[in-house]
Amino acid sequence: MTWTIDGVDMTSRLVMGTGGASSLSILDAALQASGTELTTVAMRRFDAQSRDSVFKLLDRLGIRILPNTAGCYTARDAVLTAQLAREALETNWLKLEVIADEDTLLPDPIELFTAAEELVLDGFTVFAYTNDDPALAKRLEDAGVAAVMPAGAPIGSGLGILNPHNIETIVDRAEVPIILDAGVGTASDAALAMELGCTAVLLASAVTRAHDAHAMARAMSLAVKAGHLAAGAGRIPKRPLALASSPLDGMVGSR
Amino acid sequence: MTRSASTPRAAHSPSIVLNGERRELTTSSALDLVAEVTGRQLHSDGTPADGGRLGIAVAVDGEVIRRGMWSDFTLSDGHTVDIVTAVQGG
Repeated sequence: MTWTIDGVDMTSRLVMGTGGASSLSILDAALQASGTELTTVAMRRFDAQSRDSVFKLLDRLGIRILPNTAGCYTARDAVLTAQLAREALETNWLKLEVIADEDTLLPDPIELFTAAEELVLDGFTVFAYTNDDPALAKRLEDAGVAAVMPAGAPIGSGLGILNPHNIETIVDRAEVPIILDAGVGTASDAALAMELGCTAVLLASAVTRAHDAHAMARAMSLAVKAGHLAAGAGRIPKRPLALASSPLDGMVGSR
Repeated sequence: MTRSASTPRAAHSPSIVLNGERRELTTSSALDLVAEVTGRQLHSDGTPADGGRLGIAVAVDGEVIRRGMWSDFTLSDGHTVDIVTAVQGG
């Protein structure tokens, strides 16, 4: 079953980042193993080494590019980076990322919201990387972003989903796709995000910095599928005490 | 670097700041500069002569110059030019 953004149907619910891979060939193998159809890149000044680029790799693999504004601290920088990305990569799609400080890399809500409003007006399809704050998520949706992407935990931390309740609240109130972004460390984190009702999961480091990136990419692909299936399957309620699954009648012996 | 009013004008050759580094201005249009920096031949509309995708954007003094305008955009002394592309990230 597909999900849709901006009229584009996608089958894979795993959005990949390309950061952190030690080589393009490792990235190539990991992206293919992940089955991703949408993958982020950053925008940076051109240098001679850029020539053998990730841009060419994604083009060859037929993976849609989602440029980001990673590294921007202000709405102004993010908007310029977005405009450059649109021009360079010929796409209106943008992962908007405006960070507050380099220790946490958490989003700056004020700058993020300001940039989101401006970019939506300028015709961008905005994927907004945000905190796990249900109020801010709703404000971003009202501003017209195409997808809200709450952090499970700080970027690259691998801490998983620190506040599952908030993610669930964001999902329950949203009318746009919610993509869990950042913090995923291993397959169970990705499965949990989907079980909480997220439409997709975005991750990079968990795969690109894993000892075996190829194996972890495959694990993530399966985890996202498993979590999505489980979310739609109607899990049993949690209960404080046991509930026997074998019949009580016809027992041998007596108590 | 400051220059006193008496310094002859001829001593100052035109320069731009390209991707954070000062360099002599040797090309007149943005199109020529992109071709030189990327090492690719470009049509006047900014598309590569080899038929591939270029994946490059240009900003001058913080404003994006659309690809189709590169050939008409004349670089001049003191311009700050950024030429960017996609890299691994996110």
